[in-house]
Amino acid sequence: MHPKRKQKLFIILGLVTLSAMAIGLTLYALRSNINLFFSPVQIAAGEAPVQRTLRAGGMVKEGSVARDPESLDVGFVITDYVEDLEVRYSGILPDLFREGQGVVVVGQLDGKGHLMASEVLAKHDENYMPSEVADALEAAGYSPADYGDAAKNTESAGGATY
Amino acid sequence: MWAFIHKFGSPKWFYGISARLLPWCWFLAVALILVGSIWGLAFAPADYQQGDSFRIIYVHVPAAFLAQSIFVSMAVAALVFMVWKIKVADMAAAVMAPLGAAMTFVALFTGSVWGMPTWGTWWIWDARLTSMLILLFLYVGVIALRGAFTSRDSGARAASVLSMVGVINIPVIKYSVDWWYTLHQPATFSIASRPSMPVEMWWPLLLMVLGFYAFFIAITLMRTRNEILRREAGKHWVRELAAGDA
Repeated sequence: MHPKRKQKLFIILGLVTLSAMAIGLTLYALRSNINLFFSPVQIAAGEAPVQRTLRAGGMVKEGSVARDPESLDVGFVITDYVEDLEVRYSGILPDLFREGQGVVVVGQLDGKGHLMASEVLAKHDENYMPSEVADALEAAGYSPADYGDAAKNTESAGGATY
Repeated sequence: MWAFIHKFGSPKWFYGISARLLPWCWFLAVALILVGSIWGLAFAPADYQQGDSFRIIYVHVPAAFLAQSIFVSMAVAALVFMVWKIKVADMAAAVMAPLGAAMTFVALFTGSVWGMPTWGTWWIWDARLTSMLILLFLYVGVIALRGAFTSRDSGARAASVLSMVGVINIPVIKYSVDWWYTLHQPATFSIASRPSMPVEMWWPLLLMVLGFYAFFIAITLMRTRNEILRREAGKHWVRELAAGDA
């Protein structure tokens, strides 16, 4: 390669590498702010601010949803399978909200470790399937979520994903 | 190798070869998108949780793929232009930017439309959505920077530097869902690993992704040809061509 071009190539690569490092370090320093929500483990460890609006995320624990028949009040527990967090909410839940489903809850922690939610967002996973398949899986005693986990486990390690 | 790059970089040679490739690319693009969209929108089964709203995936995912791939192509073209001074590379980079910006907008827009019924919100400042918005601003920045200079060459060089540095955002977008907690779910469509949807949903998505890529190549070839004619209008071979056509 022409020495002049080689020099130019090195200058450009150097510039890109330096910018990448700068951005990488910035993102690393801001990682707790970039995370969209706190997990129940982080909240149990006291990492989340009390009496300030925050977001918490996890799975809605099976059998934990309790609706008040008189109003829109609903209470449920979100879990990351290590710690649990009790949530109180009054309002309309998104269509995808159900037990075993991931949710992100916006609200404030009261002093007793309950989250008073002002907004509930449903998180859905990357797996899709027709309802007949989901019904068949359930009839066979599996939940559709297990199918997704099984797919993950059989994936060959290190495959590039898009 | 270098000889090949320079041959490919000759506007006249590129003009000739692209004329032969173009009809194939258009044919592939139209056929794949037509079959993929009809299959995906009408015949693929509805999702067990989201019902029919999941069908937005057939536009959302291909558009998001293109938005990122076009930026990478633009950065590679910019590198080739800066290091080897190949003018065709800069012309290609110039015509790719508006298409990339459009695709980023489509990905963001379809994502919002999809987010409303599924998540319960049309926008949230999570890492994936925010990095995608930054990509849109980068595209707009590249387009604006190119036009901000009186001399075309200065504009081309400034836009090239911004595209090469901006490409750092691409891995951030791609891995944002793995590095941080986000509302956006991880990738569904993957080339190397087992798909997270059954084949009757996955095939139309594959066709749509390939169709969008064919569309991108076709549009880029066509617009680069126009750009060649515009920039090389004074050259002997272009005048001959014009005289021959007339």
